[in-house]
Amino acid sequence: MSDLTQDSDAGVIGTGTHLSNLPTVDPSAEPSAEVPVDGSARLSNLPARDTPDPSAPPIRVVNLRKSFGELEVLKGINLTVERREVVCVIGPSGSGKSTLLRSVNMLEPPTSGEVLIEGINMCDPDVNLDLVRARIGMVFQQFNLFPHMTVLRNVTIAQQKVLKRSKAEAERVAAEMLARVGLTEKLDVHPSQLSGGQQQRVAIARSLAMNPDMMLFDEPTSALDPELVGEVLEVMRDLAKSGMTMMVVTHEMGFAREVGTRLIFMDDGVVIEEGDPREVLANPQQARTQSFLSKVL
Amino acid sequence: MASIDIRPTTRRRMSVGAWYVVAVGLIALIVFTADWDTMKSQFANGEIAKALWPDIVVIAMWNTIWYTLVSFVVGTVFATLLALMKMSSGPPKWFAIGFIELFRGLPALVTIMACMYVIPIAFNGTKIPGGSVGAGLVALIVVTSAYGSEIIRAGIEAVPKGQREAASSLGMPASTTNLWVVLPQAFRIVLPPLTNEFVTLLKDTSLLYVAGTTIATRELTSFSRSWLTYYGNATPLVLGALCYLIITIPLTYLVSRMEKKFAVKK
Repeated sequence: MSDLTQDSDAGVIGTGTHLSNLPTVDPSAEPSAEVPVDGSARLSNLPARDTPDPSAPPIRVVNLRKSFGELEVLKGINLTVERREVVCVIGPSGSGKSTLLRSVNMLEPPTSGEVLIEGINMCDPDVNLDLVRARIGMVFQQFNLFPHMTVLRNVTIAQQKVLKRSKAEAERVAAEMLARVGLTEKLDVHPSQLSGGQQQRVAIARSLAMNPDMMLFDEPTSALDPELVGEVLEVMRDLAKSGMTMMVVTHEMGFAREVGTRLIFMDDGVVIEEGDPREVLANPQQARTQSFLSKVL
Repeated sequence: MASIDIRPTTRRRMSVGAWYVVAVGLIALIVFTADWDTMKSQFANGEIAKALWPDIVVIAMWNTIWYTLVSFVVGTVFATLLALMKMSSGPPKWFAIGFIELFRGLPALVTIMACMYVIPIAFNGTKIPGGSVGAGLVALIVVTSAYGSEIIRAGIEAVPKGQREAASSLGMPASTTNLWVVLPQAFRIVLPPLTNEFVTLLKDTSLLYVAGTTIATRELTSFSRSWLTYYGNATPLVLGALCYLIITIPLTYLVSRMEKKFAVKK
């Protein structure tokens, strides 16, 4: 099971087989191998299941399949995202790229296959998902800010309720993160009084305030007016520069080329092609990639 | 033939004018045909009004208000729990469905009588504390929670799915998400139907008369009815009706202001 690599199925030159460089200790194999039979065995297993393994890749997806009723939208995806990588996922609508991203933090639980976050098996029902999710930032197409709270409260609430930070500490972190995304005023207004670009930057600050180990972006600029796209991409570019591990579903080819360390092209629930963004965008190998890029570039 | 050619502004003015004519005519009809002397002595008798003061406010109106507030606040808390239970799965869901269907289906009067008389008989003399008022309030709470839960469930379902997803992605457990993200928005959405429920409940407190009230525990309707019988005069009923309006009209005004305030924030 642990031998499955992301590149073998796609049949394309990736940026290298990351898995081969890793230590062979793989906690993912354990849960399925020794199903606990009594309470004591289960108890002793618990810490190992919830504790992140610093040597494991931040995101590892193994043979992931997802069906909505009869419709299979993910048909066996294998993918590994290493630390400090910025993986951009592109593809036509309905290709399953958003579903893939959303299954990384189990907003869409997979039908089969596994998702490992820093070695923690997200599909294990005994894993506390909330603990793991707190370390995965997520930014949505529709921002999903809490409309009944002020900007400041949007950024402090999870810090206080999940990380149990004091109000003062949470507000200090919030101000710092909001400044990082370029918002130093309007902290006491409600999100509806902000532009789309400002709202999305607040959403990014809200995620950053949790000190995440990685960030997921689900078409973060698709709902924005064209003139507001730039300010959000700018924040994401800075984030990538700071070394954040990122997985970005996007239609912004310029961003993918410039900031991405790897580009994945998906269609019809499978990875068609992946590799260095500049290479893939300039010289796509697969017919479907060529046809897609000819329409969007 | 020439009359067809009316300008739209003229036509509009004529139609508004027609409404005024009808309204003035109706008022004149009432003013000139009603027996004002009898009306005054039967419905607005000053002597009786003086005799009812201040009990109608400090006892009857006060009781109506606090019966309503207690049943509404406690009932809404239970309604929220029932709504969340109904949206879960397994035994909590079945319990919620059973409870809601039963108490929404029964007339409130039947529930009140059940709390009053059936429980002591069925459970060997066990009585709900607080006497007849206590039993009546328990019944109103039960009825309010059954009706309110469907209102609140609609509110919860109207909160966009992305809100829950955003909260989950921040690591918030379901209980935290409900308490801080979903329910505050759901209540804003269902403020108008919940106000409706409040007003219905305000009037349903009059059903407590079946519980047999003492002088100190009478609410507006039982108070007015007993003095109506005593004087053989409708003045107490008119005053009671005014008291209800004194509560409901400022309330609806207040709620519409709250709605506007929330609308700006959203």
